Amino acid sequence: MWQQHLAILPILVPLLAALLQLLPWGDKPQPKRRAIGLLASLLTLILSVALLLQVNQDGMIVYALGDWSAPFGIVLMVDKLSALMMLITAILALPVLIYGCYAEDNLGSHFQALFQFQIMGIMGAFATGDIFNLFVFFEVLLISSYALLMHGGGKFRLRITLHYVLINLLGSLLFLIGIGTLYGVTGTLNMADLATQIQQLSGDQAALAKAGGMMLLIVFGIKAAILPLHFWLPQAYSTTTGVVAALFAIMTKVGVYSIVRVYTLIFGPEANELALIVHDWLWVMGLITMLAGAIGILGARDLRLLVAYLVVISIGTLIATYSLNGTATTGAMLFYLIHSTFITGALFLLVDLIAFERGKTASRIVSGKKMANHSTYSVMFLVAAIAIIGLPPLSGFVGKLMIMESTSPNLMSFWLWGALLTATLIMLIAVTRAGSKMLWHTLSGKANDQSAPFGKRAAVAMLLALSLLMTVFANPIRNYTEAVAEQLYDIEQYPSRVLTEGKE
Amino acid sequence: METLYSVTVGILTACSVFLILRGRSFPVVVGITMLSYAVNLFLFSTGRLTIDGAPIYGTQEIYADPLPQALVLTAIVIGFAMTAYSIILAVRARGELGTDEVNQQDNSTEGNR
Repeated sequence: MWQQHLAILPILVPLLAALLQLLPWGDKPQPKRRAIGLLASLLTLILSVALLLQVNQDGMIVYALGDWSAPFGIVLMVDKLSALMMLITAILALPVLIYGCYAEDNLGSHFQALFQFQIMGIMGAFATGDIFNLFVFFEVLLISSYALLMHGGGKFRLRITLHYVLINLLGSLLFLIGIGTLYGVTGTLNMADLATQIQQLSGDQAALAKAGGMMLLIVFGIKAAILPLHFWLPQAYSTTTGVVAALFAIMTKVGVYSIVRVYTLIFGPEANELALIVHDWLWVMGLITMLAGAIGILGARDLRLLVAYLVVISIGTLIATYSLNGTATTGAMLFYLIHSTFITGALFLLVDLIAFERGKTASRIVSGKKMANHSTYSVMFLVAAIAIIGLPPLSGFVGKLMIMESTSPNLMSFWLWGALLTATLIMLIAVTRAGSKMLWHTLSGKANDQSAPFGKRAAVAMLLALSLLMTVFANPIRNYTEAVAEQLYDIEQYPSRVLTEGKE
Repeated sequence: METLYSVTVGILTACSVFLILRGRSFPVVVGITMLSYAVNLFLFSTGRLTIDGAPIYGTQEIYADPLPQALVLTAIVIGFAMTAYSIILAVRARGELGTDEVNQQDNSTEGNR
């Protein structure tokens, strides 16, 4: 009975948990709220695994909300890609929440509830099969992210939040204009139905739909932080608290997911006049984003800022690889996406711990006193650095190798290899410099005595262990991401399944 | 009617773009609000403009598309909440940073304190 509603449960569980957490709960509400949050995140994780297994078996789950049939009603369309993204979200959320439960949530009010609302928005954005519903879930996740970015207060966070809110409000309005244009031309909002309608357009109508489609690229570009629209990201991620930044590791991936979804299904290779309208743009912007991020890490004087620019590089890698438009490249891209989500999450938390234990020098890249748990952090940083740079043997290396292997030998792969390897070299230089300054060349004398709780270190270790696991199980994961990519490019099945099953 | 409608949307959008590009937070927030009005009107027109038509299929010969109306309603609610939030944020930023310049540099703020 409940399996029938599996598609919507990962959205409902965080929603209900957040509502419960908002209740007064007496004198000491925080322990109860934490318990609810942890339980809900665990449950979401279990449900996401169940959903992934179910989708693997059925190929796709189409869930008509309120039993209003597609294309008129709103449907959730959980295919393999959606299920994978939802699982990544659930896996990332649990260690981050554990970290947050160690008093990080006391820095501001309602951290726990906002966290769950954020998860709900992200899950919904991944699950939905309706483009206006995608907008609504974008708003849900944005509204909670506005509040989370302010978590902990302070005037620097205030200014960054103002920038973030204004650019995202502008993005939302452009999103509405894009959706409106598409609806005006095609008369539908269902993504699978849009895919069939777009194929039949020609002439003026096609030009209008193209304008709408390109406008959506700006919106997703802001979310994903592609080059000319990435300026908000480094400041925002480096100014906010570590736990929020770690959760935001999945936020840029929402943008990447939306790009993959919309420009494969709707404006994909089979859209006749509108086929692949953005891929040339994505190609150039992806490469430049990579190099801009590389320049950014060379200039960063703060470890948080450095990690934020590492996010920019990984986005550039993902976007450039996706724009090559093939099953093999998209499969490799998805593997790298999983890796970069977990490892940037781990790095943000680790930097937060290091900044706390270093005391006065915090996360600035200068020599400082030894930390109380110096050797633990040094080892963790080494592991994280190897993984994010892409040195053997960890998952970053495997991911980059897959990307390079999946390209066919031509001029484009020459540029991709060049950019990828240059960025890797620069990452190696910058991260090594930061690590040796902060962890190696310490000032002689007594170590700082403030020590972070063990649970926080365990949370970081959990995320780092995921990178290790991804290395060990690289082949099964790769097989899965390739199956995801194959389904993604089998565009004809979407309209047929959504429009028939949504009717039942 | 179509001309008047599109000119209205166009002027609103042009004014809002001008305001959003200003350097102080208040005009920017007003610009965003104005742009959201323009977007709402634009969304409403995507179902084509009809006069004297009920939004119910089959009762009359002329009927209005109900979907854009539902979309506009959603957009209005979300836009309203977001405007309120950004105004509060802008006011707090004015109070805490001592200026309403959107892009004030860090060092000059320190000097103001």
